[in-house]
Amino acid sequence: MVTVQYAGAHTLVQDLGRDGHYAIGLPPSGALDQFSHRCANLLVGNHSAAATLEVTMVGPKLRFDAPACVAVAGGDAPVWIDDVLHDTWMTLYVESGQTLTVGTLRTGCRAYIAIRGGIDSPPFLGSRSTYVSSAIGGLHGTPIVIGDHLPIGTEMAHDCPGPGSTVDDRLRPTLSCHYQIRVVEGLCHYRFDENSIERFFTSTFTVSPVSDRTGYRLSGPSLTFVEREPPFGAGDNPSNVVDLGYPMGSIQIPNGEEPICLLRDAVTGGGYAPIGTIINCDLDLVGQMKAPDAIQFVRVTLSDALSARKRQNQRMQDVKFGLKLLSLF
Amino acid sequence: MTSTPYQFLCDESRVSFGGDEFVFVEFGEAMDLAEALRIQAITAALTRMAIAGIVDVAPANASYMIRLDPEHLDPRHLVQTLDGLHKQFADSFAVTLDTDIVEIPVWYDDPSTSETCMKFRDRHQSPSETDIQYTARVNDYSSVDELISAHSSAPFIVTFPCFKPGNTESMQLVPRDRQIQTPKYLRPRTETPARAVAHGGAFTVIYPTSGVGGYQLLGRSAVPVVDLTQTTPGYEKSMVLTKSSSLIQFRPIHGDQYRDIRVSSKMGTYQYNRHPVTFVLSRFLDDPIGYAEELKEVVRW
Repeated sequence: MVTVQYAGAHTLVQDLGRDGHYAIGLPPSGALDQFSHRCANLLVGNHSAAATLEVTMVGPKLRFDAPACVAVAGGDAPVWIDDVLHDTWMTLYVESGQTLTVGTLRTGCRAYIAIRGGIDSPPFLGSRSTYVSSAIGGLHGTPIVIGDHLPIGTEMAHDCPGPGSTVDDRLRPTLSCHYQIRVVEGLCHYRFDENSIERFFTSTFTVSPVSDRTGYRLSGPSLTFVEREPPFGAGDNPSNVVDLGYPMGSIQIPNGEEPICLLRDAVTGGGYAPIGTIINCDLDLVGQMKAPDAIQFVRVTLSDALSARKRQNQRMQDVKFGLKLLSLF
Repeated sequence: MTSTPYQFLCDESRVSFGGDEFVFVEFGEAMDLAEALRIQAITAALTRMAIAGIVDVAPANASYMIRLDPEHLDPRHLVQTLDGLHKQFADSFAVTLDTDIVEIPVWYDDPSTSETCMKFRDRHQSPSETDIQYTARVNDYSSVDELISAHSSAPFIVTFPCFKPGNTESMQLVPRDRQIQTPKYLRPRTETPARAVAHGGAFTVIYPTSGVGGYQLLGRSAVPVVDLTQTTPGYEKSMVLTKSSSLIQFRPIHGDQYRDIRVSSKMGTYQYNRHPVTFVLSRFLDDPIGYAEELKEVVRW
């Protein structure tokens, strides 16, 4: 059992997500930076689907009443066990009675705390991911709060790497203040005029403070739409379309003013024209952005997107290999 | 790169890819009931095919999207399968849907939704009217009562479950010139009572839980449309009351009836008035008013 002594800014139980429920209006949720979540689990020998704690900007203080292996991956932050400072991206050992504190992130926006065995809150539809807007997942459908007792499960995949094991620097995500994010054009791309599409891919946008797990809002140049008579049921604004499904990662630009990149907790549909979709592995990076980071969109083909996906999977394999876990399979 | 991101199917539906995990198919730019029902027939058939690698099949009003796992299914390989389905369901007149019809008792023009909408006049087209007064006026009804009787005169069909679990965008089974149409709020409200019945564009929704919203508030359902815990009667098989192609018949009730039904609903003794029904599109298109009357009979008290 782990007791929450300080909850942090917005700390959520997350796993890989609750896939397969778009048809009832339930988005997948899950760790925004899936790669870092998986790495944190690998560092303690968990299954990749074990639940971790997703820290947003300021981490929690947790008291352990049994010894445990833990690891923090994602954005860099000071990690204390009692009052001894440790590194992120490293297997750590906490003794019974000790506290683990994750401070304020120095890079990125989110970090993942994995505890060997995983957080064992009750799964809902096969996932422990917290989805605040429907009050499901986690301990009570909300961020963790002071006094919560987090049960620890048994989702181990292999032996725990020894304390001090790390993920090679070169395999960790590159977190900065300026990101290039790859986008596959499509969806309602035809609604935007040619100049606007060029402007979208040549401008630098800024992440607005009104950004969270539902979506990231960006400020930048305004875009315009191809003129048309509003079709029946679409709505009067040129950015309106007959309500449609929003893929995770799709980018809409209501009124041409403020692009919104939809993330894992986004509503599953609505009436604003999306211009394209961020490729899956770059969604991890979007989850690490914060105001006022700069973002540039780079157009790629589906085939580029699938190659990038393969490279990301290979990178995950390299992390496993680096931790010398392959021999234990 | 100047090439178009689109491919076109046999019926000119526009196909594109939503990153590496989604395939998006758009039938047309306008809402069309016949096309909406074709979408439901096509997506139901696709779901039945149980293709390995497909994670989600989500029909919408004039489009549908598929989420897949590219490690098991290359999104490019799916396009041919979709084209086959679009050919198989080329004739929307042949569409029949085995679905159900459920009655929703509504206290139209109730105090809680009136009070809520009056808090947000700064975000609304009309500074002085309530949402239901505004909706009646912009649809040329001489009174709120006339709007209520139009809204409850024929069933609605769910065309797009979205936004949050239990929420369903549904379109009334009346000819297009009788469709109620309203703009959405200029800027969304930050509050909406749970179970509010509201209309935006050509669609009615029942808000499953409280929260933000931009549709015009018409009244409040006495019964819920979602139970994620699946512990109340009516939710044994599903967490949501209605899904794509379900029919909804609204029944106007007074405040006293509303309070009685709320009590039985909370006690778990309320039984939804719900029956299986087969919806035949050609019959609706031949005689929309007569067919809607016949469907409505199924849930008549």
